[in-house]
Amino acid sequence: MTNDNSGDVRLSGMSKTYGSFTAVHPLDLTVPQGSFFALLGASGCGKTTTLRMIAGLEEPTSGNVSLGDQDVTNLPPYKRPVNTVFQSYALFPHLDIFENVAFGLRRRGIKSVKKQVGEMLDLVQLGEQARKKPHQLSGGQQQRVAVARALINHPKVLLLDEPLGALDLKLRRQMQLELKRIQTEVGITFIHVTHDQEEAMTMADTVAVMNAGRVEQLGSPADLYENPQTTFVANFLGTSNLIEAEVDTKSGDEIVLRAGGGKLSLPAARCSAPTTTGGKVLVGVRPEKISLTHAEDAGGIPEDRNRITGKIADSSFIGVSTQYVIDSPVCPEFEVYAQNIDRDARLVPGAEVVLHWSPAHTFGLDATQDIDAGVETVGEEASA
Amino acid sequence: MTTVTEAPPPLAPTPQKKPPRRRGRLTPYWLLLPGILWLLLFFALPMVYQASTSVQTGSLEEGYKVTWHFATYWDAISEYWPQFLRSVLYAGTATALCLLLGYPLAYLIAFRAGRWRNLILILVIAPFFTSFLIRTLAWKTILADGGPVVGALNSLHLLDVTSWLGLTAGDRVLATPLAVVCGLTYNFLPFMILPLYTSLERIDGRLHEAANDLYAKPFTTFRKVTFPLSMPGVVSGTLLTFIPASGDYVNADLLGSTDTRMVGNVIQGQFLRVLDYPTAAALSFILMAAILIIVTLYIRKSGTEDLV
Amino acid sequence: MSLVRWLKRHLVVIAGLLTLGYLLLPNVVVTVFSFNNPKGRFNYEWQQFSTEAWTDPCGVADLCGSLALSLQIAVWATLGATVLGTLIAFALVRYRFRARGAVNSLIFLPMAMPEVVMAASLLTLFLNMGAQLGFWTVLIAHIMFCLSFVVTAVKARVMSMDPKLEEAARDLYAGPLQTFVRVTLPIAAPGIVAGALLAFALSFDDFIITNFNAGATVTFPMFVWGSAQRGTPVQINVIGTGMFIVAVLIVLAGMVISGRRNRQKA
Repeated sequence: MTNDNSGDVRLSGMSKTYGSFTAVHPLDLTVPQGSFFALLGASGCGKTTTLRMIAGLEEPTSGNVSLGDQDVTNLPPYKRPVNTVFQSYALFPHLDIFENVAFGLRRRGIKSVKKQVGEMLDLVQLGEQARKKPHQLSGGQQQRVAVARALINHPKVLLLDEPLGALDLKLRRQMQLELKRIQTEVGITFIHVTHDQEEAMTMADTVAVMNAGRVEQLGSPADLYENPQTTFVANFLGTSNLIEAEVDTKSGDEIVLRAGGGKLSLPAARCSAPTTTGGKVLVGVRPEKISLTHAEDAGGIPEDRNRITGKIADSSFIGVSTQYVIDSPVCPEFEVYAQNIDRDARLVPGAEVVLHWSPAHTFGLDATQDIDAGVETVGEEASA
Repeated sequence: MTTVTEAPPPLAPTPQKKPPRRRGRLTPYWLLLPGILWLLLFFALPMVYQASTSVQTGSLEEGYKVTWHFATYWDAISEYWPQFLRSVLYAGTATALCLLLGYPLAYLIAFRAGRWRNLILILVIAPFFTSFLIRTLAWKTILADGGPVVGALNSLHLLDVTSWLGLTAGDRVLATPLAVVCGLTYNFLPFMILPLYTSLERIDGRLHEAANDLYAKPFTTFRKVTFPLSMPGVVSGTLLTFIPASGDYVNADLLGSTDTRMVGNVIQGQFLRVLDYPTAAALSFILMAAILIIVTLYIRKSGTEDLV
Repeated sequence: MSLVRWLKRHLVVIAGLLTLGYLLLPNVVVTVFSFNNPKGRFNYEWQQFSTEAWTDPCGVADLCGSLALSLQIAVWATLGATVLGTLIAFALVRYRFRARGAVNSLIFLPMAMPEVVMAASLLTLFLNMGAQLGFWTVLIAHIMFCLSFVVTAVKARVMSMDPKLEEAARDLYAGPLQTFVRVTLPIAAPGIVAGALLAFALSFDDFIITNFNAGATVTFPMFVWGSAQRGTPVQINVIGTGMFIVAVLIVLAGMVISGRRNRQKA
């Protein structure tokens, strides 16, 4: 990556309101040149509006958009060095693939487009289809045309609005890798809007999780997953077990919490909430970090691990792992994913068990938040 | 409103998409029978009678006989070619004007009207219910000699221009070609606007955004994306305007003079007043053939079947 | 924003509204002149305000009779054309059969034909058969030219309909007739209604074909045509304005009702 910053996208205080509804709260954000940046959130969280404001398709109510050192807030879309891959592609149905890809070049007065278009179509492996009309191509091919049509203009920034939403799961995986490959190859800034957390984590260097018009947290996928700062991020990215606990003692970089009858240890650095003795904190742990031991073997668990007792309510076998739902006094539906390495035949519904995990995998959140924020409901999953 | 261009069917039905067979193979024929019989009896058969009438000779008193007298056609053309020419010119001009006037309104309804969309649509359609004859008569008042419209055109010296072009005579608009074209344009404007609106409304708004995003300025977006995508509407709108306008005689009669008679006026006069049936039938037959040729060429040329 | 920029931005709106004005101007004139008290036989020049014609819309001999006749013909023509056209549309969309191409062309041709040609040829047929021109010949002609428009309207609707719906109905124990009555017909209804409305409007306002084939029968457009030669009573403006208002009210009422129904569903 170069030190050239002409592909930086800088949003300062950018907001959008429709009447009394605020789609995007004043937003400050910098996307560095050459990065693959994802805006992740449920539908209606303001991510697409943000993207459209960067593209110039929507006028911000307040604030500025800059590309590199240039303020582009008042430039119409056709004057911005930014291109978009639209949701369901918006390919021109009356033009063939070649002309679709050549569209932007021709508009900028470039006469000899043949070579460039040919190369671009080869890049997306559609050289053979140049004279077909969009409706004659499959969904995946149309998607690649949309990418080619935008990329051929060498934009400073490529915006992708749910580009894989219309594809089936297998093709989506394939295209995720394909897009990532293209991005590495051309090295321009990609801003990708998606509601699919797995897609965002697979492709992006940096993910911004948006909720209700605000960026909840921004960071690398691993950072977001391991150190969620809000319940929304904890629940929206993967699954989290959240327990309400009370601060018992604080000593140095360790906080000891009381939950139910037991005590849990939490590294102070992994707690984003203010902690005063006696105050409430939400303690979180990811299901795959937890080990499950039958109550009879509880003696063998090392002393320094956090532990909770419970009873298996349900278990489902899914090949690589088994997912357990544990009914425990501190949390009625504790989820545990256990790798199927050595399966303990006693771990069946009804069995008394001890859950235990390393304190280093524990995180603490502000207890004033909605504990269920970001939990996907059945309806949302169906639409996803 | 329906679009005429939808009507020409795909002649080869796609073989793999066979609908399920229901209640025997005769069902479609029973469904078709009454309507098709009606069209055969009262649309197709009359054409045959008309064709035969056109080659008959005789008189009203003695009756007519088929004598294969094709000279009627030649006589009809050589006598009435000015009226034919006028029909094509007036109808063509009116069609072009309808497209020019109708496109902005159709565009307005489709993209810019917001919550007024339905109201404007109603206002476009509702005049149909005031008999078009009454509305055409209203143009007599609007274009009246010495009225405000003529006065305004006169003070802007536009009438001098139109007189020079042969569209008006002196300081009159009424009883001139301009009045007839104005009436034709007015009468068939909704037939242009509605198909245009239908095809504009179908255009995915994101295509405009995509064009904008790909460096097309608003007018380029219109020229390269919106207009080509509205071609089906343009084609059916121009046909729905041109065809009835070319056969119309009401506007020429009410707003024009003997110098603005169109072929429709001649056919009507020959049939209903002069009672020279062979000549009238021949004229009608020529008009029909001309229209069919124009329509076929036009549909071929515009290549609408190529559009999605 | 400068005036030039504003004009540039709203150019299409301004042009569109001008066209709308052009379309509505005659209706304004018709309405204004329905309150005129003309001097001579013709109602083309403004004299003075009067509500006389509105208090007595049938005050001219034969006017309301012709209106009633037009409405009667329009109702029967609509009924006939809608039934025949709907049957054809279903046959065309739902079945494959030989002569489809010919049938489609036969449907298309009346729409691609100037009215005067159809009018003239139909008259030659009636003359040759020695038919008595009048109510029946007009009705026959109206059904003929409305038919194609109904077919196109219904066809468009039935084509956009998912055939799986009918399969689902049959899967859920509906027989062929029940499937048609309970599923197919309700879904096709908007297309049928649109076709019927179009047929009504076309028939009610038709002049050219009626002019050729009516004989001595006088429909409302024929009455107006006649009065254009002999003298235009103010009452025809009253009727014209009344029809315009009634049409707008009916459409608005329909929109309010369907809007409310949609809101209830949501």
